[in-house]
Amino acid sequence: MSENTLTIDGKPVHFKDGDTIMEAAIRAGIYIPHLCHDPELKPQGNCKMCEVKVNGRNCSACTFPAAEGQKVLNNIKELNENRRIIVQMLFVEGNHLCPGCEKSGNCKLQAIAYSVGMMEYRFPLIYPKREMDTSHPDILLDRNRCIFCEMCVRAGREVDGKEVFAISGRGIGNHLIVNSPSGLLKDSLLEVTDKAANVCPVGAIIIKRHGFEVPIGQRIYDKKQIAEVSVATEKVLEEKVHG
Amino acid sequence: MAEKLKIATTSLGGCFGCHMSFLDIDERIIDLFDLVEFDRSPLTDIKHCSEYVDIGLIEGGVCNSENVHTLREFRKSCKVLIAVGACAINGGLPALRNFIPLEECLAESYLTGEGIDNPQIPSDIELPLLLDKVHPIHELVKVDYFLPGCPPSGNAFWRFITDLAAGKTPTLPYDLVHYD
Amino acid sequence: MTWSESKQEKVLAIVSKHEIRQTRLLQILREVQDEFHCVPKNALEIVAAELGLARTKVEGVVQFYSLLSLEQQGRFHILFSDSITDQFQGSRELMDYLSAKLGVKPGQTRSDGKVSLGFTSCTGLCDQGPAGLVNGHWLSRLNESRIDRIVDLVEREVPVSSWPLEFFHVEDNIQSPGLLLQSPIDQGEALKQLVREGFEEIFMEINRSGLRGRGGAGFETAWKWRFCAEGPEDYSGSSLVDKNERFVVCNADEGEPGTFKDRILLNSYAHQVFEGMTVCAGIVGAKQGFLYLRGEYLRLRPQLEAILANRRAKNFLGKSILGRNGFDFDIEIHMGAGAYVCGEESALIESLEGKRGVPRVRPPYPIDRGYLDQPTVVNNVETFAAVAAIAAYGGAWFATQGTDKSKGSKIISISGDCERPGIYEYDFGISIAEILMDCGAENTLAVQVGGPSGGIISGKEYHRKLAFEDLGTGGSFMIFNKKRDVLEIVRNFTHFFAHESCGFCTPCRVGTTLLKNEVDKICDGHATSLDLVGLSSLAKFIKTASHCGLGQSAANPVLGSLSHFPQAYKDRFKDVVFEPGFDLDESLETARRMSARDDPWAHLEQ
Repeated sequence: MSENTLTIDGKPVHFKDGDTIMEAAIRAGIYIPHLCHDPELKPQGNCKMCEVKVNGRNCSACTFPAAEGQKVLNNIKELNENRRIIVQMLFVEGNHLCPGCEKSGNCKLQAIAYSVGMMEYRFPLIYPKREMDTSHPDILLDRNRCIFCEMCVRAGREVDGKEVFAISGRGIGNHLIVNSPSGLLKDSLLEVTDKAANVCPVGAIIIKRHGFEVPIGQRIYDKKQIAEVSVATEKVLEEKVHG
Repeated sequence: MAEKLKIATTSLGGCFGCHMSFLDIDERIIDLFDLVEFDRSPLTDIKHCSEYVDIGLIEGGVCNSENVHTLREFRKSCKVLIAVGACAINGGLPALRNFIPLEECLAESYLTGEGIDNPQIPSDIELPLLLDKVHPIHELVKVDYFLPGCPPSGNAFWRFITDLAAGKTPTLPYDLVHYD
Repeated sequence: MTWSESKQEKVLAIVSKHEIRQTRLLQILREVQDEFHCVPKNALEIVAAELGLARTKVEGVVQFYSLLSLEQQGRFHILFSDSITDQFQGSRELMDYLSAKLGVKPGQTRSDGKVSLGFTSCTGLCDQGPAGLVNGHWLSRLNESRIDRIVDLVEREVPVSSWPLEFFHVEDNIQSPGLLLQSPIDQGEALKQLVREGFEEIFMEINRSGLRGRGGAGFETAWKWRFCAEGPEDYSGSSLVDKNERFVVCNADEGEPGTFKDRILLNSYAHQVFEGMTVCAGIVGAKQGFLYLRGEYLRLRPQLEAILANRRAKNFLGKSILGRNGFDFDIEIHMGAGAYVCGEESALIESLEGKRGVPRVRPPYPIDRGYLDQPTVVNNVETFAAVAAIAAYGGAWFATQGTDKSKGSKIISISGDCERPGIYEYDFGISIAEILMDCGAENTLAVQVGGPSGGIISGKEYHRKLAFEDLGTGGSFMIFNKKRDVLEIVRNFTHFFAHESCGFCTPCRVGTTLLKNEVDKICDGHATSLDLVGLSSLAKFIKTASHCGLGQSAANPVLGSLSHFPQAYKDRFKDVVFEPGFDLDESLETARRMSARDDPWAHLEQ
């Protein structure tokens, strides 16, 4: 019988059979930065924020199976520098105008950017032209802010049991599409209580009439770093879903 | 006592909110004057930079030809150039016009929009021409530091400038970094 | 919204021809596209409803593959290959010529709906370029007089099936055959050997041959098969061997620019390729095989179908092959639709299942969970051809050639600046200098070994050898002489990767576009030495952080040229600290025009 132990940055972590490195880390209360992972959804590994070194090799923690004796490096300079590049890429790829965004202060992209010390964009901006969908009475879809984490796509399929969102296009031309005859959100099956409507880590899908409810200074990431917030909420969810 | 640092400031395509916020350092401005003197700035009404300036603070993105000239003057004079605030860093709210062709923007404002009398595009040579797109300043010149925020708080300004005055690389603690 | 019943019937007929199977979605959409010159929204709805798929899934597939389109294309849809070798043969100028004659721009459809033009990635005719496609069919050796005739045919609306055959003529162009091409097996020879000697014995021969995959990665073929045959284990450690069906897939998605060896193998050695697949099926216990044929090789399809039919008739395929009980196997041809990333084996499997060609997370590998999550062997066309020969002639026949770590031979596709482009087969271990001599290359500036995803080498390294342990290659060998500009090559390759990135992971999706913009900035003369720092760190990041092989190799052109041709970059740099990446004065043009100004203050210096 194996001991089911690996180490993350030198700290021993117990894992269960079938765990990914991310799942083991969440259960152990260790934060590995991520944007496309949610314990309730099937891991996909698209944002690459959770890239760790496993016995010297770069792997996505959210999809890589945990195994006995793995030496995982997570919070190291090289990886954090890579994470800074990824957030910078996501910022220049879309149109992220934080001052005018209802999600500001509660946005995971912004929070990770803060925590990796992103002060500048580094790259020239792309300024893509993207469509907004304001048709739904309760939910707003602003594609300018989409980061293609596919959480809404998966949440619809896996949790809500509905086919609402999908990715279309290819490469930098990827875009989120809505499953309805008109292509509009109002004609889709999406409801305000669905996980798909609430899972967006950024401000691409937001519930209407709740913007700016919480004053600046009291929003989720105003005082607490994402590591602390994430560990607290996801550990509970992880144990609920996978035991 | 060491010589005072020369600081120049300007707002390109910005709202002067960053300048207002700078003044939120309140009474510390007295201490600041022990460290620095202001060169070109709306605070001094000096119109052009001296030959050598230590720190240039740029608020706002680059929207028109005048912004380009101003930014270049700053880059030429300033040893250290700092992009201050969301607009200088990513174009900010003025960059919302980047999604509409300039042709349509100008037509709507001066030719076809509601309530326009005597439609014509202003053409006086003293008026700066608009660029096709609004650009963050790092796409036009080399920028040394970035101070994010909309606006950055007075405390962030204070920390940044005192760090620089002390010869340190400026760093901000978590609660002073924000993009809004 | 009315859509005629006859159109609906046509779509329904296509869907039912494909047995209303979801895995056939891409095949269905290809036929819809052929019929309507686009995938009309109504057709999309019908296909989705019939297959029980969400319309978004169907739309996602249409928008992923570049040979499918939601927008109406012309009844004649003409694409020119944008591969660098075609460009150097004048394809861009020819497109300008064609575009002026037809009165329509690339990327657009003429208002009468008759014709649309565009560019596409390499069409696999680099030795006979400039090349292109008309309604999916190859056009070779384009020149102005040929284009004059094409314009005439289009304007008179002569169906492509009645165009002169010489327009479509493609030669094998085998310049120097070697181990495999010189001694093709007789039909059925390998299978007879397999049945006579037994599966285990032939497996041992393949193991003995030391054959490694010819697609580029070079995994040992025998081991791949063994893993697939033994099947995955579940977490408790017990084998799932009996619970699984197995599949054999031949990867003929030859999309690497500059590669065209599979075109020849499938044109003249298809029997041998199919036989190799059948040998594999016998050994791993697969019942079903697929040939995943790249969309651009449509022209080969009818003859391949005929060969499959012939093999079924001879009982080289079908039930109880050559009388051996339980040895059942058949092969289906599955067409791609213009997506380079589908050459990656897990993306290819997704595409086979009728989905967007997004590479899967690995592990699990296809040998454990491939097509429909079943153990699947994916091998290159050339690998299967070699397998058949090894089964017929024995492992030793193969293993005595080549080098210690790279046994046997390699078929390479030579294009670019040389007297005799075409197909050359060499035993592994041959030096680049010898190859250049053979094909008549002179004044060579650089050789791109393995296509854009491979590496560029300069004169200092022509002593290096073709082998997995030195210069590995899937078969592309592009030669550039000293008149060529290295940065134009880098620009072409970098644009290629940005166009072909699937968009799944951040580093590749965003990184390839940023890289493209930065290389454009350098080529347009706006870069300074400061840009170099950013370029190099961006390139290294994309290489280490991307999800699949496409992203991991997308920065190779930049990294390789930086290390081998640094001067090419320095020559372009301006002697200033920094310059904008866009044309400042041009950026004032709209405002200048609208305000009717042209005074000195209405202009900006860069």
